[in-house]
Amino acid sequence: MEPSSLSNKPNSYNYFVVALFLLSAGLVFGLLGALQYIIPGFLKEYLSFEKIRPLHVSSVVFWIILAATGSTLTYVQQHTKRKIYSSFLMKAQLAIFVFAIAIILISYIIGVFGGREYWEFPPLLALPIAIGWILFLFNVFKSLKGLRNQPVYVWMWMTGCVFFLFTFLESYLWIFPYFRNNIIHDMTIQWKSYGSIVGSWNMLIYGCSIFLMDKISESTHYSYSRIAFSLYFLGLFNLMFNWGHHIYTLPTHDYVKNISYLVSMTELLIFGRIIYSWKSSLTQARKNLHIESYRFLLAADIWVFLTLFLAILMSIPSINVYTHGTHITVAHTMGATIGINTMLLFAFCFDILKSKNNAANTNHKYSLISWAFTNISLLIFWITLIVAGVLKAKWQMAQTQIPFSSMMKSLQPAFIIFFLAGCALVLGLVAIIQRILRSN
Amino acid sequence: MVSESFKYITATFLLVSFLTYSLVLYFHSPPPLGQSTESTAAGKLLWQKYNCTACHQIYGLGGYLGPDLTNVYSKKGIQHIKAFLKTGSNTMPDYHLSDDEIESICDFLKVIDASGNSDPRLFIKNSNGTIQLIQ
Repeated sequence: MEPSSLSNKPNSYNYFVVALFLLSAGLVFGLLGALQYIIPGFLKEYLSFEKIRPLHVSSVVFWIILAATGSTLTYVQQHTKRKIYSSFLMKAQLAIFVFAIAIILISYIIGVFGGREYWEFPPLLALPIAIGWILFLFNVFKSLKGLRNQPVYVWMWMTGCVFFLFTFLESYLWIFPYFRNNIIHDMTIQWKSYGSIVGSWNMLIYGCSIFLMDKISESTHYSYSRIAFSLYFLGLFNLMFNWGHHIYTLPTHDYVKNISYLVSMTELLIFGRIIYSWKSSLTQARKNLHIESYRFLLAADIWVFLTLFLAILMSIPSINVYTHGTHITVAHTMGATIGINTMLLFAFCFDILKSKNNAANTNHKYSLISWAFTNISLLIFWITLIVAGVLKAKWQMAQTQIPFSSMMKSLQPAFIIFFLAGCALVLGLVAIIQRILRSN
Repeated sequence: MVSESFKYITATFLLVSFLTYSLVLYFHSPPPLGQSTESTAAGKLLWQKYNCTACHQIYGLGGYLGPDLTNVYSKKGIQHIKAFLKTGSNTMPDYHLSDDEIESICDFLKVIDASGNSDPRLFIKNSNGTIQLIQ
């Protein structure tokens, strides 16, 4: 297996540049949103929270999607040891995505929304995203040429490609009055699609992680192993059926809730175990050769366990009834999107973008400091959200409730620490983004 | 190593189960509680148009800057809702809604209120981990 990209500047380079730009934008929007928690009415006339929130969410989701598709397209080429089926389709996909993302972000600023919880934009703008994804799917499938005797990451890439398209289209069923007019039916289908869409991009990211682990350890032992395929099928099972834990309190069918309760979130547990087993098999020399990517895989491993702990608790309905509608749900999302997804995507960025010349010139001290600073800030950020969530849960369960606005006021100290930790997190992430862009 | 046939059989089984489950959910909708009218349908689209869910929750799903509005209709009353919709608040902008728009959003919130209860205090926690709304 090739130790680095096919050339000094991989053909997916622009995917990462756009993705990192979107991550930076998402961080700025996130800080502005956090400020609106501690200064009520801040920017109310120009960028009120109903604009800031989708700007933040969509920027970060598109960071994940672009970095995941860029990594998949690169690793497909490294796996097949051939160029991608069509470079033109690859460029066309990026051009369509960039065009659509720009219009989506502008639409929020001028106050045009899809109005759905949580990843939303006007239905017309979903068309170019779907078209771009079809180009991606076609390119990946034509390059891989089937599943026969393929390692588990190929199964994961292909599954992620298909299920993203299915669940993305499913999330727009609300445009038909049959689905839209019964609010409970609408919310059930909405969370069915959104729950699964996250699993779809996770399939791409986890597939890339296993590929990268093979590459670092120079062994294909894990990607053909029983445990790897168990992870894959259990992950797929979860992707299909565990989404109901979002809607335990919704008066929908009981079987939806019971099925998702039974299909617990074991996907992350097995994933964590694979990384753990892989890590212990590495020699110090191999770790040093890929030190940047290795560190981020290690961070993701730690976040898998923290997020898993929270996820298991939240998947139990009698605990979920306390955590639901509180910042504990946000803590879970932040742990998953920053702690797991972003750390893994950074590992791919360093692996794919780092030129051989620059590999020897890495400032290890600066690199270690920014990595540690980011993860410590994220941990404080995460804990503060949990504390705010516990306080809100206490308010939700109190027999005599103070008004909502008074409760929000009492959470101010937590929101201030959350904002400060967020500022530190942004500094750490920006330092990492800067190192990634300079590494090529 | 896992045999190729085992992989294909497992994948096919999961895929068929998923598609069946999806079709059941599409065509087996929960009973519509609360009377839906043209005005409530318009209210739902206005809810989306102004992206109310960015700050407010329905059944605990949505943003956390504003309160959960599932049962605001029965708890606070229509005049309370109208007052907020007309002028906004310290954090909520004034959207300059027309009277018709305000009526539609109120009708929409009335239907949601009739669909169930989102108050977590009203759920019994069973020993097997499940929950049940007190009737």
